[in-house]
Amino acid sequence: MSAITIKDLTVWFGTGAERNDAVKDVSFDVADGESFGLVGESGSGKSTILRAIAGLVPTWSGEMTVAGETLGPKRSKAFYSKVQMVFQDPYASLHPRQTVDRVLSEAMRLHGVENIDSRIGTLLDDVGLGPGFRFRYPHQLSGGQRQRVAIARALACDPSILLLDEPTSALDVSVQAEILNLLVDLRHEHKLTYIMVSHDLGVVGHLCERIGVMKDGRFEEVLTVEDMRAFKATSPYTRHLLESSINSIR
Amino acid sequence: MSTTQGLRDWLLTEEPTSRRQARYASWYKGWLTLRSNKLTMFGLYVLAFLVLCAIFAPVLATHDPFAQDLGQRLLAPGENGHFFGTDSLGRDIYSRLLYGARISIYIVLLVVMVAPLVGLIVGTVSGYAGGWIDVVLMRITDIFLAFPRLILALAFVAALGAGIENAVLAISLTAWPPYARIARAETLTIRNSDFIHAIKLQGAGPFRIVTRHIWPLCISSLVIRVTLDMAGIILTAAGLGFLGLGAQPPSPEWGAMISEGRKYILDYWWVATIPGIAIFAISLAFNLLGDGMRDVLDPKEDNS
Repeated sequence: MSAITIKDLTVWFGTGAERNDAVKDVSFDVADGESFGLVGESGSGKSTILRAIAGLVPTWSGEMTVAGETLGPKRSKAFYSKVQMVFQDPYASLHPRQTVDRVLSEAMRLHGVENIDSRIGTLLDDVGLGPGFRFRYPHQLSGGQRQRVAIARALACDPSILLLDEPTSALDVSVQAEILNLLVDLRHEHKLTYIMVSHDLGVVGHLCERIGVMKDGRFEEVLTVEDMRAFKATSPYTRHLLESSINSIR
Repeated sequence: MSTTQGLRDWLLTEEPTSRRQARYASWYKGWLTLRSNKLTMFGLYVLAFLVLCAIFAPVLATHDPFAQDLGQRLLAPGENGHFFGTDSLGRDIYSRLLYGARISIYIVLLVVMVAPLVGLIVGTVSGYAGGWIDVVLMRITDIFLAFPRLILALAFVAALGAGIENAVLAISLTAWPPYARIARAETLTIRNSDFIHAIKLQGAGPFRIVTRHIWPLCISSLVIRVTLDMAGIILTAAGLGFLGLGAQPPSPEWGAMISEGRKYILDYWWVATIPGIAIFAISLAFNLLGDGMRDVLDPKEDNS
């Protein structure tokens, strides 16, 4: 059974003559427990797909079925307890005046979770933060610690699907690896399905089984990570991306 | 000594163990920031002094503020046991000043409870909702902003009748639009940030987002603006009193006292000057306090 089915998704911004299609007729499936990567240059529409699934962009057409629920213009409360999102910039995704405790307990209260106090402890433990971080404000945390808090918030309601919008691109290289490993561990522990957006093929290769390569709002091709590693890309654009990312490592 | 030291350590600990401790600790740190600013503390002391004067007016007053004695009229400060002299009806200015502090502080508190709240609600709703709600609310705000403040207050008082409560209402009605503007501007910068998206994804409704997530970020700039505006509010109240549309005689409101002293200002300077100094002192105190509040309430200020 597939966790996410997207069919002919088109997302646009603006109306009339100023209409700009950010995503054009995109279709893909993500199986239960799979990790699917979306790569492409900036402006290729990869983040927009995530935002449309999460309900943050109301102007879309096509068919989206997520966790067995066909999505309309509004998302139900049950949807948000199954699907959560981690944002790109951990400096912007935490309320500057709320402690870690407040952020997590409010998320849990909204989802009607019980035993909030003990759950916060285990949640912080899950993302590798000690109890000492519980009453800190975001400005007292480093970028990596903030992103861990953001991941903890996304996990507060025990979702089955996590949408990851470049969760490591705003972080230092050493911290990136820590967060990626955390995401790998969490996926196994909580049996999560991921859709991960990134412009870094290495990051996606580490975390995902299949990759959708995007260009100008369309899928250039969808290939498995094994094919990518074996350099079996068919489209010239994907080859170009692969080559440039290999060159940048050398 | 050891218990106060223990309390201090408990408040300044890096890792609070309970919600209550974390909250007290952040208040205490804010107080330390406030205390480090000497001018702000001076403002706070002046304000505390005036509030104490108002509270203990019956104890501190040497005369009945309403008792007239035409034989003792227009005495200079210090004469016959009148600290600040007497006014044209022989009433003791010092005692009237103490009782007048009650009225002035009462007016300020009432305005401060009404105007920023109205502005906050109008501004955040308008900024967050957008669309036609924004257009309607902001045009109403523009209409109120277009009038000079004192003139509009005058019109309201003229329509509602003179008196302290109506003066308060009139000042509040003219004071809210700037707060609405500030709150709306803040809301517009906040509403599209990721932390608002994140709480939306937790299933929070617009009411919770506005009151729990947007208000706390607007309140700091509003509080600063309010403390800076307090002086203006007192002056408007005094102005209404001066024009005879605020507190009515014989009530010892400071603006009304200046208005009465105006007739004698060349020969008996103290009748108008002393309540003027009182208005100056309370305005200055609020200004200094407002300046210091900015340091405490700025969310980006790292006071850890």
